Amino acid sequence: MAKDVLVLAEVYRDALADVTWELLAAGRTIASATGGQVLALVLGPNGAAHAPALGAADRIMVVDDPRLADYAPGPYVAALQEVTAAEQPRAVLLGATSIGWDVAPLLAARINAPLVTGCKEIQPEGEALRVATSFCGGKMMAEVRVDGAPAICMVLPGSFRPADAAGQAKIEPRKLPSPLEPGAVRFDGWVLPEAGDVDITQQDVLVSVGRGIQQKDNLELAENLAGALGGAVCASRPVIDQGWLPATRQVGKSGMTVKPKFYLALGISGAPEHQEGMKGADLIIAVNTDPQAPIFDIAHYGAEVDVLDLLPALTEAIEAKRG
Amino acid sequence: MNIAVVVRQVPDLIEPLEIAPSGTEFDFGSASFLLNESDDHALEQALLLKEAHGGHVTVVALDFGDVDNTLYTAAAKGADRIVKIARDDAPPPPRAAAVLYAEAIKPIAPELVLVGVQAHDELDGGVAPFLAAALGMPYVGVIRGVAVGAEPGAVAAFKEFPGAVMARMNVKLPAVLGILGADQPPRYVPVSRIRGAMKTTQFEESAAAAVSSEPLTAIARLYPPAAGSRAEMLSGSETEIASRIVDILAQKGLVK
Ligand SMILES: Cc1cc2nc3c(=O)[nH]c(=O)nc-3n(C[C@H](O)[C@H](O)[C@H](O)COP(=O)(O)OP(=O)(O)OC[C@H]3O[C@@H](n4cnc5c(N)ncnc54)[C@H](O)[C@@H]3O)c2cc1C
Ligand SMILES: Nc1ncnc2c1ncn2[C@@H]1O[C@H](COP(=O)(O)O)[C@@H](O)[C@H]1O
Repeated sequence: MAKDVLVLAEVYRDALADVTWELLAAGRTIASATGGQVLALVLGPNGAAHAPALGAADRIMVVDDPRLADYAPGPYVAALQEVTAAEQPRAVLLGATSIGWDVAPLLAARINAPLVTGCKEIQPEGEALRVATSFCGGKMMAEVRVDGAPAICMVLPGSFRPADAAGQAKIEPRKLPSPLEPGAVRFDGWVLPEAGDVDITQQDVLVSVGRGIQQKDNLELAENLAGALGGAVCASRPVIDQGWLPATRQVGKSGMTVKPKFYLALGISGAPEHQEGMKGADLIIAVNTDPQAPIFDIAHYGAEVDVLDLLPALTEAIEAKRG
Repeated sequence: MNIAVVVRQVPDLIEPLEIAPSGTEFDFGSASFLLNESDDHALEQALLLKEAHGGHVTVVALDFGDVDNTLYTAAAKGADRIVKIARDDAPPPPRAAAVLYAEAIKPIAPELVLVGVQAHDELDGGVAPFLAAALGMPYVGVIRGVAVGAEPGAVAAFKEFPGAVMARMNVKLPAVLGILGADQPPRYVPVSRIRGAMKTTQFEESAAAAVSSEPLTAIARLYPPAAGSRAEMLSGSETEIASRIVDILAQKGLVK
């Protein structure tokens, strides 16, 4: 049976994605059960530059093709498929990233392999894998059994303790049998956020609002509190989608990763994509009318009250304290 | 542009989800359903493209839950055709459902297919990329915003990356896009318009039939997440909770 585990070491704007070292750790757990190896795969012309950081792998493969210089699904999936076919791994691990969300299912469809998203734990069980996955916005878990190989697993960032980089792996340049086709989807440039807004990654205090804030007018209550605390207002995705705040204020997977001294989550459910951007905060207090909200699993303190009632009371209490 | 949009019903997470006695599926008896959020954005994006550049929008759905409500609302918002795939029982898992949607979409011959990139009840990476595979079309997902490109026969799709950064992707049509957000928030439509649409909208039935296939994964059990370190809950009135929070902040030197 297949023993090795293939990890996609994803490069985003010249840096390895943070989830990479978690994938290497998860890969080690699976591979060591049967004496297999952890294989790291880097796609792109500058791939070798990242190899020293991938010491936790047993082998580091780099596919250097100009079509992989910037992300495009066609060449990425084709290259991953070639290496998967050649190495016959037991599992292919990818991060639940913007690229992972494309590449994992496309590969699974091409080679008719099983796919599991939202993976938080992966345990080998004989020839099968037992995967604990999170879904329903973090409100439910499923234990999924995967029998076929390769099992394609999309790992939720923040689920595994990152592997440290000790190791002696050599770089193996990989030649593909035929040059990659550009495909019908082509990278055409980065669009960077507009400068000039408050940089929420540099704030000590963040007052963060979610869908529970209900209306644009209510943002003023959060602004008042942020003013009293000397912090800034940020938000979960639905608030940004409504156009109530600029994208630079979004916290989470597609937004900013913040690590303030104090993060106040107001009317935010705490979906994994939001947690990804804020769970490193020193102090998290969550306010939510739903006692089951996943945000309470990572908050230090919580209150089951209406944000619209608490906000004015809290602003007043802060102002009174400061005198 | 001829655009097809897939819309799905998902259980409303405001209500606690009940696990059926089997332990491997939900008991939907008490659940209420609503339109999957990213599908709502996919529909909005389709309507925006149609309004700016002409064409028509066909909405495709499996007959399940309160889907008729969703479909009349889509018609009231401006969808031109509604295609319903008949079902006797609950929808199949996403990967199998993608094959059904593909069968229903082929006769429409769309240039662009828009689907929400994620539905919260999926465990296998979503309908959108599997639909692309079933249609033999290229795919890119995690898209916020679509513009008609400078090149004929192509669109620019904006793919989200961390840090509020987007990649502009040039997409040759026909293609499937996994939408996370539309260029504008989904529009509001008054109830009177939905009532009007109920009187005038004709649903078309798709004859798409499920082909049975071996599932590649099996759910062994569903369970609520283990409460590892739950937050310490502050109770009392708003004023009491506010003063507790001030104490906590003062202790950490965060309010002076
Ligand atoms: C690829 C991808 C990337 C994503 N990136 C991000 C990202 O960067 N950032 C992000 O935030 N999300 C992101 N998401 C979306 C994420 O999955 C969730 O949908 C989102 O975080 C939910 O936001 P929310 O908590 O504000 O809304 P909801 O999940 O709707 O939660 C609202 C909460 O408010 C509570 N509430 C309602 N009214 C009140 C009240 N009056 N008082 C107190 N509480 C109240 C409710 O109980 C509920 O818990 C991404 C999703 C995908 C698929
Ligand atoms: N939008 C597009 N999608 C996919 N391939 C394209 C696109 N536009 C051009 N091509 C082809 O990509 C190849 C390389 O083009 P270029 O990147 O301009 O050197 C050529 O064969 C083009 O025909």
